[in-house]
Amino acid sequence: MTEPLRFHYDVDGENFSSAGEASVALKQNLRKLGYSPEVIRKVSIAMYEGEINMVIHANGGVADVEITDDRITIILADKGPGIADVELAMQEGFSTARDNIRALGFGAGMGLPNMKKYTDDMKIDTEVGVGTTITMVVLL
Amino acid sequence: MAVSYKHSVSLETEKCKGCTTCLKRCPTEAIRIRDGRAVIRADRCIDCGECIKVCPYKAKKATHDPLCCIGDYKYPVALPAPSLYGQFDRLDNIGYIIRGLKDLGFSDVFEVASAAELVSAYTRLYIKREDVKKPVISSACPAIVRMISTNYPCLLDQVMPILPPMDIAAYLARKKVKELHPELKDEDIGIIFISPCPAKVSYVKNDFAGERNYIDATISVRDVYFALLDVMKKREDEPLEATEAGIIGISWATAGGESTAIFNTSYLAADGIENCIRVLDQIDNSEITDLEFVELNACDGGCVGGAMTVTNPFIAQARLQALKRYLPVSPNRPASEWIPEEFFNKNIIEYNPYNLLSDDKNEAHRMMNEIQNIAKNLPMIDCGSCGAPTCMAFAEDIVKGETTADECTVIMRMLFHEYLKQHKDEAALNKIRGKRGMETKTEDKKE
Repeated sequence: MTEPLRFHYDVDGENFSSAGEASVALKQNLRKLGYSPEVIRKVSIAMYEGEINMVIHANGGVADVEITDDRITIILADKGPGIADVELAMQEGFSTARDNIRALGFGAGMGLPNMKKYTDDMKIDTEVGVGTTITMVVLL
Repeated sequence: MAVSYKHSVSLETEKCKGCTTCLKRCPTEAIRIRDGRAVIRADRCIDCGECIKVCPYKAKKATHDPLCCIGDYKYPVALPAPSLYGQFDRLDNIGYIIRGLKDLGFSDVFEVASAAELVSAYTRLYIKREDVKKPVISSACPAIVRMISTNYPCLLDQVMPILPPMDIAAYLARKKVKELHPELKDEDIGIIFISPCPAKVSYVKNDFAGERNYIDATISVRDVYFALLDVMKKREDEPLEATEAGIIGISWATAGGESTAIFNTSYLAADGIENCIRVLDQIDNSEITDLEFVELNACDGGCVGGAMTVTNPFIAQARLQALKRYLPVSPNRPASEWIPEEFFNKNIIEYNPYNLLSDDKNEAHRMMNEIQNIAKNLPMIDCGSCGAPTCMAFAEDIVKGETTADECTVIMRMLFHEYLKQHKDEAALNKIRGKRGMETKTEDKKE
């Protein structure tokens, strides 16, 4: 394949109405590129969950997507509070979301587990008080 | 399929001024302005009829069969969509419409609203099944089904497989006529659907119901409305006919009507194509998981908002409320506690992506990279003057070789100003302005 294809999305914090827009925009591009529905579904769900996490916990962040011959890599970076206990955060149903966010239907504790479930590899770099960078890979 | 697809939205070229109204409103970016006229891309159009509704010059048309097709059959049967009933002012009895249709030359009338009540009953059975993926998405709006087939491959298995009311009505109407008149040959019977929208015309023309397409012709609510006004005026007596439909069947004409009939509060009903797209995106992202049923109507207000109707959809809705008031809830009940096999759509909906850049993945990547590079230099104001709905679509059109970067009026104006600055040829410019009656007053002061 030629040079890798890159997409960059800014994820606006504290704005729930626009949460999920980056995932939809990415999905539209993947359709144009002719990826299979299965690949598109995996990438868009992982991207969506990550996007929502950044909005809920980190006041937004940036999403960078790179597509090469054999993989789609999604890097979500924020300058949020960081994750104190990654192992605990990975458990289904665990959530630190505030009540007002749960009232919106978010914060069910499925974000990170879903991101892991729908991708082939996931790496979390986090530091409390500094931020979190999550790298997810979907193999093609 | 994309190539052979028969559309029901077309353009009267001589009326089109090349304004950007339809360009901006098309939900699938299917319109471009080329040589000062709109061009509809057949592979992208879902026949939703938005462009017909918004065109200020009435240059967009819905194509359908003419009213005179009634005469093509020995035994024509009218299948009025319930939205037809909402078109008439101060109508207090649907019987006037049924008699009027017979006065127009129809041998019989079979109300789609009656079949809708059966579909509601079968939907209730269907969503109770354990093996059914939720939420079940209504298949009644063909523009939405086409939208799903081109854009939401992962939702295809959630689309209701039961035939929509128009097909069931057609099936039952033909069956009824053959029982009543065994002497008639198949070709003598004409099942004619009275449609509120071009999407349903396309649905019939393209055999979306496959071998279970029992409709022979599709005419418009608008044409029938005006013809009915004439014949209804001539009669003074009360009609003997009465509607066989109830509140549930008639409610299908308006947004939310199909949903309320499932007798289950776990539903969502959205209308207006942009709203529907947002809902589909959310279902696709697995954001909406706790619903049983989703009703989506491409038109504002539901089918009463179709591009082939006459009356403002909200007024039509108010009229239908008045008409329904003294009707029974649902007089049409299915004969069985299971869904008959012949009521399923055997035609499996396939994923038909219309927006592939190229069949070759490497080529698609190269093109996408180029699109992104071009887009960096575009103004991103989505003005539409270049003939594409957005700057991104314009970049894509350039890469596909369908247009050139010079068509961007914002960049062109900038280049033009620079050129003028360099050449200081104000006199030449004013000469051009003068020809167009646009000369500036500053000219006199300077010289």
